Amino acid sequence: MIFEGTVHAYGRDVDTDVIIPARYLNTSDPAELARHCMEDIDAGFVTSVRPGDIIVAQENFGCGSSREHAPVAIKASGVSVVVAASFARIFYRNAINTGLPIVVCPAAAGGAKAGDRLRVDLDAGTVENLTQGKKYDAEAFPPFMQELIDRGGLLPYVKSRVAETEGA
Amino acid sequence: MGSTITEKILARAAGRDEVHAGEIIEAKVDLALANDITAPLAIAEFEKAGFTKVFDPARIALVPDHFTPNKDIKAAGQSKLLREFARRHEIVNYFEIGRVGIEHVLLPDAGLIAPGDVVVGADSHTCTYGAVAAFSTGVGSTDFAAAMAWGHVWLRVPESIKFVYSGRPQPWVTGKDLILHTIGLIGVDGALYQAMEFTGEAIASLSMDERFTMCNMAIEAGGKSGIVGFDEKTTRYLQSRPDGSHAREAGRVFASDADAEYARVLEIDVSSVPLTVSRPHLPSNAAPAADLGDVAIDQVVIGSCTNGRLEDLRQAASLLRGKKVHPDVRCIILPGTQQVCLDAASDGTMQALIEAGCAFSTPTCGPCLGGHMGVLAEGERAVATTNRNFVGRMGHAGSEVYLASPYVAAASALAGHIATPEQVGAAEGGSR
Repeated sequence: MIFEGTVHAYGRDVDTDVIIPARYLNTSDPAELARHCMEDIDAGFVTSVRPGDIIVAQENFGCGSSREHAPVAIKASGVSVVVAASFARIFYRNAINTGLPIVVCPAAAGGAKAGDRLRVDLDAGTVENLTQGKKYDAEAFPPFMQELIDRGGLLPYVKSRVAETEGA
Repeated sequence: MGSTITEKILARAAGRDEVHAGEIIEAKVDLALANDITAPLAIAEFEKAGFTKVFDPARIALVPDHFTPNKDIKAAGQSKLLREFARRHEIVNYFEIGRVGIEHVLLPDAGLIAPGDVVVGADSHTCTYGAVAAFSTGVGSTDFAAAMAWGHVWLRVPESIKFVYSGRPQPWVTGKDLILHTIGLIGVDGALYQAMEFTGEAIASLSMDERFTMCNMAIEAGGKSGIVGFDEKTTRYLQSRPDGSHAREAGRVFASDADAEYARVLEIDVSSVPLTVSRPHLPSNAAPAADLGDVAIDQVVIGSCTNGRLEDLRQAASLLRGKKVHPDVRCIILPGTQQVCLDAASDGTMQALIEAGCAFSTPTCGPCLGGHMGVLAEGERAVATTNRNFVGRMGHAGSEVYLASPYVAAASALAGHIATPEQVGAAEGGSR
């Protein structure tokens, strides 16, 4: 899968409270959550984001609360993929489980500026900064996680595991 | 090669002789939990995937504690979803208002967590239960939905960081100060994907309530889990639980081997750890409370899953008893459970706090995450015994939260600015 989009750039330790503030967690509706995505760190995000845009951040993206509303809100806002130097572990799991594409690539994250055009090739594992004319290799996912991604998330995998158990 | 306590717990849960850091395993889940914010998403995913039954109605806990008693109509709708799911699937550990407490205080206190357990919770502070020598970790709603259906969870066996705490703490210094100080040392991703193993003579002398506080905040250093080894204090705690989680102890009490492998070993002399406050907007912005200067405050929050246990409330009351909260300060008490409320009522703690001018809440996460019961306006500042001080965490994006222990929070409530017990004239103490 290949995504091409404009960069929204953030620093390190972007927490899930700023990705989707808890005051909006009285709903699970993706469209409603998307209306408040990144509100407390970037009030202009919701009006500037275009389908296919790319969030780029530094270390520890998605730290804090386990709220799965965070990747849900990002995905529903139209963002195609998040590229970061590293991800907090619960966010990392949640993104894989819910099908929000994420890429670990410190070099690309470090070099990208807001407004740059990026092309992310998930199959080739590359991030290309079209504005700067640079290309980077992303970290590969461990095989088990790649399997979850290929199956479309955690629940399809678990369905087959439960079926095996019940069939046994 | 030896194993850490975390590796031993996970090996048992995976049905293996041993497992080591870096392996991906499928572990049997002893308890899976979620709350009124995370369960609705999980229920939707569970049903969308076509699951019709849970793996074991006795091994799931549904705890409506975040926006309850329902703060608005949407929140009431989420609670209703949870309640109806609990009834439909005959979930044994569903806790209705009036019996519910803050999940990470309630579940161990209710005797639902035993040593050696593997617990996954759709709440990041699920790491709290390491205090009873269990492996527990926070996950998202889809992971919880999967655990409800499957009774298992996939996990990468974490590397461990061994923290060795030696020496005697200074007066008033508690487990909260130790963990804020520790997060200050290693940073908010200093333990990313790793287990934080708290050891040493200073941990042995901590109360169970303090151990819960320390493990609770492992996530604030990016940790997958926090854990304290089993000792006589763990035994006493478990034996006093209503349902007796000690009944499940047999064969499940593990300890790290002397030759276990650690990613890192950090030695901390607690006699040099000051009363510590974490400044906005990261838990790692730790600083000595005495060095902060005149930081005026509007609100104090004492409670939460971090510091809402009886000992925490008693510590606050020991400073507030017979005095008055500063006229410019709202001081809100958030007890962890109904039992904490009852105990605080019967030993005079509640009376001392109310007479001092504190608002005494029913158990709820409330303002800790900016939900209700004490949300901050733009430009307002709070001292809180909670766990996070991110931008907008307790309300408006232009408000601020300073994290502290119950002693520092209570002293600050009296002073109207961030203060230590000594600065408000308390006699040297800090009962242990």
